[in-house]
Amino acid sequence: MKSHVWRPLYVVIVFVVALLVFRFFYVPNDFGSGKRGFMYSYHRISNEMEWKNQPAKYGVSGRERMHEYCSACHGTVVKVRTEKLHGIIPCEDCHGPAMNHPEKPEKLNIDRSRGLCLRCHTDLPYTTSERHRIPGINPKTHNTGVECVKCHNPHNPSLEGMK
Amino acid sequence: MVEQIAQQAMVVHGEAWTIKELFTLPNEYIYWSIQIVMYPFMTGLVAGAFVLSSLYHVFGIEKLKEIARFSLVFSFALLPVAMMPLTLHLQQPFRGINVLMTPHFTSAIAAFGIVFLTYASIVATEIWLVYRKYFVETAQALMAMPNRTMIDNFRMMVFQALTLGAWDISPEAVEKDHKACKIMAGIGIPVACFLHGYAGFIFGSVKANALWMTPLMPVIFICSAVVSGVALCILTYVIVQEIRKYMARSNMARWAKDSDAPGAEELEAIKHTEVMISSNYLLYFMIAAMTLEILDLIFRGYTQVKSWDILREVIMERDFTKIFILQYLIGNLVPFVMMILPGRTVRRTTVATVLVLFGVFMMRYNVVIGGQAFSLSFAGFMDYHLPIIPHDLETFKEGLFGALTVIVTPFVLFYFINKFIPAFLEEKSTH
Amino acid sequence: MMERREFLKKCILIVAGASVPISALTLIDPKKVLAANPDIQWAFLVDTNRCVGCGFCVKACKTENDIPLEANVSRTWVERYVYTKDDKRYVDSPKAALDGYTESRIDLGRGEFKEIDPKNVGKAFFVPKLCNHCSSPACTQVCPVGATYKTDDGVVLVDQTWCIGCGYCIMACPYAARFFHPVKHVVDKCTFCYHRLSKGLDSACVNACPFGARKMGNIHDPDDPITKIIMNERVGVLKDEFGTKPQAFYIGLAQEVR
Repeated sequence: MKSHVWRPLYVVIVFVVALLVFRFFYVPNDFGSGKRGFMYSYHRISNEMEWKNQPAKYGVSGRERMHEYCSACHGTVVKVRTEKLHGIIPCEDCHGPAMNHPEKPEKLNIDRSRGLCLRCHTDLPYTTSERHRIPGINPKTHNTGVECVKCHNPHNPSLEGMK
Repeated sequence: MVEQIAQQAMVVHGEAWTIKELFTLPNEYIYWSIQIVMYPFMTGLVAGAFVLSSLYHVFGIEKLKEIARFSLVFSFALLPVAMMPLTLHLQQPFRGINVLMTPHFTSAIAAFGIVFLTYASIVATEIWLVYRKYFVETAQALMAMPNRTMIDNFRMMVFQALTLGAWDISPEAVEKDHKACKIMAGIGIPVACFLHGYAGFIFGSVKANALWMTPLMPVIFICSAVVSGVALCILTYVIVQEIRKYMARSNMARWAKDSDAPGAEELEAIKHTEVMISSNYLLYFMIAAMTLEILDLIFRGYTQVKSWDILREVIMERDFTKIFILQYLIGNLVPFVMMILPGRTVRRTTVATVLVLFGVFMMRYNVVIGGQAFSLSFAGFMDYHLPIIPHDLETFKEGLFGALTVIVTPFVLFYFINKFIPAFLEEKSTH
Repeated sequence: MMERREFLKKCILIVAGASVPISALTLIDPKKVLAANPDIQWAFLVDTNRCVGCGFCVKACKTENDIPLEANVSRTWVERYVYTKDDKRYVDSPKAALDGYTESRIDLGRGEFKEIDPKNVGKAFFVPKLCNHCSSPACTQVCPVGATYKTDDGVVLVDQTWCIGCGYCIMACPYAARFFHPVKHVVDKCTFCYHRLSKGLDSACVNACPFGARKMGNIHDPDDPITKIIMNERVGVLKDEFGTKPQAFYIGLAQEVR
């Protein structure tokens, strides 16, 4: 080791040590692998909690619970819906995300647009698809430029329920 | 107005240069664009330049002495540039250090920092061993100088630092340098091949990509890396020699006024031998690279697995010009014929090296961009349009000017490195 | 000479110390871990027969997870498959079906569209897609910095504070489930709404689907209704040839759905 040709190695060692010292301070100390092993789960463990703690925007879950949840306050309105037809649509799909709505009952941003109805009610000639069982119209010819809710009642969509 | 700005910000990465056709999945774009073409191209040049220099240092091919020294310094200048396209490509360039901090070794990219730094230290060590005597002599000369200017002082300090405190330049000590240098070059060759072969592994191991996934990829990458590296060294060497010849004739440069500086005729003679011999090696590696590439293509066509339908359309129809005309014909076949025809001259070889470099670049392009030219659904295509006039940072970085920056940098670096580590050092005494 | 040796020794100690992550030294009590994480393995079930292509799932997902609605990337999307009687196939997913399918013409890209004669339409259906949260995810394997990982309960997440944005995971994913977030400039992907699952809520897309085409369950719980369907019915997965073992199961797959 006395020969001068080893000098570059010392430089490299100093560099590596500097890098490792830097690493010691730079890398969060909860970096490690979960039970899936190094290949699939080498990560900063605390990141899992960060994802878990993200605030949710859409509230209650599932069709049944959603209607229960909303009717606790809005019972009169929610009863209007018919179980068969639009009853399957979760309230928040049209009324917007309502996670904090009961605590902070600000007005929700309700989507009354034509486009919202057309998601399901554009007639598509797909006889093999469930889509075919939904009544559909041709948006280019059916009362163009008029919002659907002008005539149809979204909570009671049968044609008898028309406004 | 606010909405407009919001709309503009909503252009997702890749959308600016990707044109989708038929059915492509919503999240599919050409995410790896020109900088990722530059990355294997530049690392290839580094590896190739180093292999050329090792031919002299390890195998003692005396005739390559001058070009070997030149390629060693040049590969040092190329080193930082192998990293540049990757950094330019990252969406979070300042987090690039994470690759060294928490390397996830099941990823082919994770080893990059470590392999790259190992390789860099090998090249630097080798240069130090080759140039130590020069460093010591220059530093001593500067120290002995009576009235030093600011610049002289600065140079003196740099050279003193460069000696790393090893001032012994007795013949025995220099002999030790030579021995160690040979060992370093010997270690360097596998590391250089690894550095580049594993760039091939980065692509070859992506199982989701039908075009990239082949075990031949690393080998193909190494061969074409050596081809491009040798070609670039020959080309740059010829250009630099022409400049030196010009300066020797017109007595422009300071060093040309030295009595023992080589004359124009002498330079011409050296250039001829060096170019002829290194271009032979170029030919060998070209044959290997072409064989492997064609083998890969034949295999795909013959086995016709699920992906072949869409690959055939990309290779044989959409990218036909880029692959068969630009890459194989102009970039491989023409220079190959130019070099094997009898009566080869330096000029013809130089033209051939330009074509070879272009061919290797097109190969990288066709692999990187071609691999993303079709949808994972096998039902649609994506067309790449290189951004030429940049309108924001991203289209600059991943556009024509970003690529040009990467190409120009090694030459600029070489200019500055050459000030301290002269690539054309005439050994005056102690032979 | 002795001083140097001492110095080297100390150096080696520091180096060795710095290179061992502290987490490797902490002992973990398995009982505690089990209590905190009961045996959960999240899986997704898509019933393509029920999907009508309304795109409420896409809208809800983007809203819930702060993916700009106008950005042409999405954590989940719906594809439309139309087969004509003269044996041609058309597939599209305009804007990831954010606004559903309100036109019968097929988007061919490059601003071109194809109107299909309704009489010529053979079978047609919709397929919702999302990250498959594979058991052997290719994406987490290739992340060079450990910024994406599979949690113990089976969800593939991205550490967006550590991601360097190299895009290797995007390349490695056979399902194109990953993309660069247009605002955060790091990789983003479906999280199964991990924040909702941990609050006992369904993921936003499951929540929004009026037709029950999307469901989620714990595949390690034999009494879970979704597990029962996966165990008892003929379900398929997408692109099993890559060996990633997808955990999103599909009812009613066609071979063209890839």
